[in-house]
Amino acid sequence: MDLNAQIVYFLQQVINGIQLGSVYALIALGYTMVYGIVRLINFAHGDVFMVGAFAGFFAVSVLGLSFLPAIILAMIVSMVLGVTIERLAYRPLRRAPKIAALITAIGVSIFLEYFTSLNFVFGPNYRTFPRPFEVTSWNIGGVAISNILVIILGVSLFLVVALQLFVTRTKVGIAMRAVSFDHDAARLMGINVDTVISITFAIGSALAGAGGVLFAIAYPQVDPFMGIMPGLKAFVAAVLGGIGIIPGALLGSLIMGQAEVLTTGYVSSTLRDLVAFGILIIVLLVRPTGLLGKSGVEKV
Amino acid sequence: MLSRRILLPAAAALAVFVVLQTAISAELLNAYQITILTYACIFVTYALGLNVIYGYNGQFSLGHAAFYGIGAYASALVTKIVFQGNPLSFPLALAAGVATAAAIGYLIGLPILRLRSDYLGIATLGFGIMVKVLFDNADKVIPAMGGARGLTGIPKLTSFAWAFFAAAAAVILVRNLIYSSHGRAIVSVREDEIAADAMGINTTKYKTLAFVVGSGLAGLAGGLYAHLYVFLHPSNFDFLKSVDVLMVVVLGGLGSMTGTIIAAVGWVFLLEGLRIVLPQEFLDWRMVIYPLVMIIVMILRPRGLMGGIELGPLKPGKVVRRLKAALVPASGKEA
Amino acid sequence: MAENVSSRSTVLATDGLTMYFGGLKAVQDVSVAVREGELVGIIGPNGAGKTTVFNLVTGIYKPTAGDIKLNGESITKLKPFEVTQRGVARTFQNIRLFPELTVLDNVRIAYHRNVHYGLLSAMVRWPSFNREEEQLTEKALDFLDVFGLADRHAEQAKNLPYGEQRRLEIARALATQPSLLLLDEPAAGMNPNEARRLMELINFIRERFHLSILLIEHQMRVVMGICERIYVMDFGELIAQGTPKEIQNNPKVIEAYLGKGVG
Repeated sequence: MDLNAQIVYFLQQVINGIQLGSVYALIALGYTMVYGIVRLINFAHGDVFMVGAFAGFFAVSVLGLSFLPAIILAMIVSMVLGVTIERLAYRPLRRAPKIAALITAIGVSIFLEYFTSLNFVFGPNYRTFPRPFEVTSWNIGGVAISNILVIILGVSLFLVVALQLFVTRTKVGIAMRAVSFDHDAARLMGINVDTVISITFAIGSALAGAGGVLFAIAYPQVDPFMGIMPGLKAFVAAVLGGIGIIPGALLGSLIMGQAEVLTTGYVSSTLRDLVAFGILIIVLLVRPTGLLGKSGVEKV
Repeated sequence: MLSRRILLPAAAALAVFVVLQTAISAELLNAYQITILTYACIFVTYALGLNVIYGYNGQFSLGHAAFYGIGAYASALVTKIVFQGNPLSFPLALAAGVATAAAIGYLIGLPILRLRSDYLGIATLGFGIMVKVLFDNADKVIPAMGGARGLTGIPKLTSFAWAFFAAAAAVILVRNLIYSSHGRAIVSVREDEIAADAMGINTTKYKTLAFVVGSGLAGLAGGLYAHLYVFLHPSNFDFLKSVDVLMVVVLGGLGSMTGTIIAAVGWVFLLEGLRIVLPQEFLDWRMVIYPLVMIIVMILRPRGLMGGIELGPLKPGKVVRRLKAALVPASGKEA
Repeated sequence: MAENVSSRSTVLATDGLTMYFGGLKAVQDVSVAVREGELVGIIGPNGAGKTTVFNLVTGIYKPTAGDIKLNGESITKLKPFEVTQRGVARTFQNIRLFPELTVLDNVRIAYHRNVHYGLLSAMVRWPSFNREEEQLTEKALDFLDVFGLADRHAEQAKNLPYGEQRRLEIARALATQPSLLLLDEPAAGMNPNEARRLMELINFIRERFHLSILLIEHQMRVVMGICERIYVMDFGELIAQGTPKEIQNNPKVIEAYLGKGVG
């Protein structure tokens, strides 16, 4: 390859990485919000993402909906699922040891994966996701930019900005931040903590649902286990950026996306997880609270 | 002096072994049932290792399967390559599995045990996934490891007796460790790391120690696993295997050996029992029922089945005071 | 009892101890000294930086500037457990016991550094293990006896009433066999009567175990009776030092405490 071709190849990889990172970001935001508020690694979040992708799949293939209604439907389905999980599985454990909630989250995750694998639910097989629009691609100096990328980027950016505004500008958003600091203090200030937690799960799950549809459009298949790896990586991205911090989740996701795509493009696809998780461990060792996290001195 | 508190349960355990072993020798159990019993013993050893790390030392690990896998691959390679399948080499192969897992536990533990709670969990999770990727690609460096195709042709050397006595040895060693000053130092880190430091406990040392012991036990279990199923695949040691064992330790009750033993055996029997109990057309429900059981147990007993309680010989010894000294000798500084 | 204090050797000396958290000044240029066998108090309003001084001395925080000497040797760079092994023990303002462990195990952990048996001899229960374990258990019970807690040795620490938890924490600190004991508001949450009895106990153990004691107290009244010398801190700095009498009449101290209804 000559230099020019190499540059084009590199840029193409970067573009692909941004696309993947944007999807991770939508999942990572839910992880980071939930962790920020209840200090729980919600392992079932990746499976909410999967259910969102399936909701989009049925919306398009069975109901024949176009992209926008399909993604909205998927967000609603995921939202309902996320809130239900919180209500039934996590809320009874609010005062229990943290690990009990974590194991329950893992239990919910396994349950969702295998329950949806049953033949009368989604079935265990891969299904090809029918794209709700024609795929077109623009060639800009040799770098292919598809309308999928544009849509993913557009939707992700819109949702991230909307979320940031919601958290910083609205009363509910401010209540969320209060709860994330201290449940009891927030309660004393008249904030209904349970409601705020429900809203957090609702928003986080809706974002994961949107992420599920976008993921399925970009890499067009769905299956009941599709949420495991993207879920894990999105969580890692959230930790990488600094858990509980919205811009951190975004930054971490973009880094994870690049790490994966560039490793695949230049080394080997089988080693991409090695690089992604290697970065995680190094970052944690150097900055235990993540790239944008505040490092604090433990109070004694 | 061994008290009746120790001797009676030891005799009971031996009796259980003799009954099962007789049943196996008399061919009352089929090969599948023997495998399940053997696997249950292996799982006890595997889970006990994590209980040392998480239950007693309080260090959250989501990557225990990595050490299980490292022990499995290391011991399988020793049997296959170094000893060419000579069955007398089995103890050495197991020792190699333990040593490799413990050594890697030491090397990885040293840097990452500085991290706390969830962050440590995430780092160990990352480590576990990295090890799995390395297994997937290992054939490029060591062809015998088989990479993503799996490692085949391991001689079947793990008998029920091997697995049973390995588990028994693991239980005894962990019990003796925990009820010693070193064990108390390990537990003090879980209870309050800053207070432990203030008591002169080298917390880094004891975190590393617990991690190495736990990894070594996982390595032992891995070696037995490799020579039971005679085939290793990287997916045998993925994230879900780390989750399985974490779940068993938490369901049993953190810091309870009794709980770990009950939950490990119960978990293996539940999964395999469902295979037998469920009608053919409902077999897919096995993996649906099991997480539901898990969630219900957690909601009903958030501190696990045993919640730090021990039974029989696994209880700490009673303190009997021989003489009631008036007060500490005038100079408290003499040792 | 304080007449020949100045002739005794210095156990602890901090020199210009300074600690910033980010831009926030927690402790500024604090120099305190404790001589052998002395009982010294640090008093000051909440947030004056008293506990930070303890955390610096015990190695939990590393000072931004300044030096800490124990028996003439710098311990500034030591890790917390090394500081303890050099003979500095402490209690915590908010009580940090090992809550799930028994009263006895709390004290036995503190005795750990005197244990000689190795890991393997523990794992296979070598005879030397049993012998030593018996001895250290006896010793731990002796320490509990001093504090009237021996009968409760099998109780989980978290189940003890508050006052007993305080006493257990001191017993545990003593079991590390220190030469210097740092007590962080040991009488917090006690009524005047309980506080007075605790101070008598502290005085008793000081003599019995040949200790030097540095004691933080929020209420001036509690330490007046038993401390030989007192340092007063406010806003991270030392504002006065001297005998209880001198402190009581020091205008700066009165100002620092004014309106706080204490003293």
